[in-house]
Amino acid sequence: MNRSHAGWWFAAPSLLVLALFFFVPVLAAFAMSLTDFDLYALTDLDNLRFVGFENYGALLREPLFWKSLGNTFYFVLLGVPLSLGLSLGAAMLVNSRVARWRNFFRTVYFAPVVTTLVAVAVVWRYILHTRYGFLNYMLSWFGIDGIDWQGDPHWAMPSIVLLAVWKNFGYNMIILLAALQGIPEDLYEAARIDGATGWQLFRHVTLPSLAPVLTLVSILTMTGYFQLFAEPYVMTEGGPLQSTLSVLYFMFEEGFKWWSLGRASAVAFLLFVLMFAITLLQLRLTRREVRQ
Amino acid sequence: MPIRHSPVVAVTRRTAIAGLAGTLIAASSGCARRTPHDPLRLWAIGREGDIAAQLVDAFVARNPHIAVEVQKMPVTAAHEKLLTAYAGDTLPDVCTLGNTWVPEFQALNALQPLDELIAGSSTVDVRDYFSGIFESNRVDGVIYGVPWYVDTRLLYYRRDILQQVGFGAPPRSWDEWATMMAAIKRQVGPQRYSALLPLNEYEPLVVLGLQTPTEFLRDGGRYGNFSNPDFRRALKFYNDMFLKGWAPRASNTQISNVWDEFGNGYFSFYISGPWNIAEFKKRLPAKLKDAWMTAPMPGPDGPGMSSAGGASLVIFKASQRTADAWKLIEYLSEPATQQRLYQLIGNMPPRRATWQTSDLVQSPYALAFHEQLERVRSPPKVPEWERIAQELRLMGERVVMQRVTVEQGTAQLDAKVNEILTKRRWLLARKSGAK
Repeated sequence: MNRSHAGWWFAAPSLLVLALFFFVPVLAAFAMSLTDFDLYALTDLDNLRFVGFENYGALLREPLFWKSLGNTFYFVLLGVPLSLGLSLGAAMLVNSRVARWRNFFRTVYFAPVVTTLVAVAVVWRYILHTRYGFLNYMLSWFGIDGIDWQGDPHWAMPSIVLLAVWKNFGYNMIILLAALQGIPEDLYEAARIDGATGWQLFRHVTLPSLAPVLTLVSILTMTGYFQLFAEPYVMTEGGPLQSTLSVLYFMFEEGFKWWSLGRASAVAFLLFVLMFAITLLQLRLTRREVRQ
Repeated sequence: MPIRHSPVVAVTRRTAIAGLAGTLIAASSGCARRTPHDPLRLWAIGREGDIAAQLVDAFVARNPHIAVEVQKMPVTAAHEKLLTAYAGDTLPDVCTLGNTWVPEFQALNALQPLDELIAGSSTVDVRDYFSGIFESNRVDGVIYGVPWYVDTRLLYYRRDILQQVGFGAPPRSWDEWATMMAAIKRQVGPQRYSALLPLNEYEPLVVLGLQTPTEFLRDGGRYGNFSNPDFRRALKFYNDMFLKGWAPRASNTQISNVWDEFGNGYFSFYISGPWNIAEFKKRLPAKLKDAWMTAPMPGPDGPGMSSAGGASLVIFKASQRTADAWKLIEYLSEPATQQRLYQLIGNMPPRRATWQTSDLVQSPYALAFHEQLERVRSPPKVPEWERIAQELRLMGERVVMQRVTVEQGTAQLDAKVNEILTKRRWLLARKSGAK
């Protein structure tokens, strides 16, 4: 037996598990997306029709699918930079040597990540309430009048972004904090001797040192945010006027509310292809940046 | 991939296993198969699930040889859970099923026809039931469920506010209702409203639609039929309530607490179901005790229809113990049991005999329900109804938000409904082709 054979044998158990629990379900889901599998088919497989790529065609013609896709992009484009910025800011604050009670703040900022969304949603629903909400109360100090956060289709998604960013920034903060603490102090010292000021230190020492971690965190956050579901599910049920309906929510409704599993599988595949493409693009961009 | 065996195969295999009484085989087949010696299983949805065990105690005392196992399902997950149980072959013997779901589970071939059992029963007397409710359990001429409690929608209103603007009685027709809403709006000003029709609920619009004679679907449930003058009239009335500022463009989740806001006079009319009688009694402050009342739905030209909702008791085909299951259903359908159900959680009984009992006769809030129950109508009995109702709600929301006109909205809804019913048309065509 030669060496490469031995390698395959060693890898075999995990490959087998991967095949059984990843590739088989994915292929099955793809097969299902080519049929009109629904409640009727669940009753009797005779009611199942092979429809080719008709599910994909129907989706591309479905305005609601495009709308949910648009909503998801809006959420990602608004939410990811906000979330990363806030995480980085918070990480630098709790890492700063001049700050007091650092451990206390680390815990506080991380707390939203580990609280249940359903409980948080109840509180946020009141914070965002048009008449009794704290947010509108604060805005009224600046002369801004009652924004209908969850009832106005223009404000519903920003309010979901607000909730999601608040809920999630603590997680990235911990990762970035670890990375910050890994930056050798000599780099700062050398830069300071060369006469660098605060902003220059951040721009030329902190950011480049964090680059690999930032890439990782941004990919993780982005893929996570593309799977937006729970926040609108508990806050707005996708409304008003379906302005907070995400692709995943759309898929959930097709699949598990209405049992159009064929159509839902097609949505899942389109989402998968999309996220794969975006992640590849992002990796390529950041790689080029690092090389420069 | 949840591939399901055709029901015929499933039943024969199950029968074979039961015949062998093979616990061994059952264990080796990977999931526990039911045998005739297991306890009778009853699943109940929502609050009924909390008290079902109490009700069943007396049944077990009377029939000591029948053990009953009660399981509660939360309302929000019941539909999914039942479908999953169906896919996994673990449905119970008896279940409470929302009566709009009966056609859906009938289409799945999961329900036991009950006509013969009812014909041979001395307890379940068809003539004693409100016919609109009873008929909601009939699909293609066959009865699949026995109504257990009813849930129709009607008006909750603030008697005191109505009196302040000069009306001593609730509205009987849409015109009267509109006059009252306009008067209340003038009185309460821009910060408050006359009515609440939550945009995340389809029931208000469905009820208004059911009040006009035209059916929602045409050609035996093959096509949508919303682009007709009748439904447009209902939708226009609905839209007017928002357009004129009588109702807020809001969903229930935004209101936060419907009961408090009703007490605050944020709105004076609210379309809701019987469970809210108990809630309002409990949650409104004592000084408002006499300030609210219930009234039958006003209709387009006089007292109107409402939806024939509620839950029915069904036996699933997979059950091995139809006789015992039917005994349990008979017990739960007795007027005495239904009265107890009303006492425990305020569910309205579907039988006229139960309505003669003192508790119900004496409740002034229940009167309106009694009257309304003689005028109820089922939504279309197609398995796709739940989805169609959601599309109806979304269309209503678009109209109310002035994204589309009434005419555009109904035309779009018809197109959408026709698409949803594509598979049903294919199945029906195949069936008639085979004959």
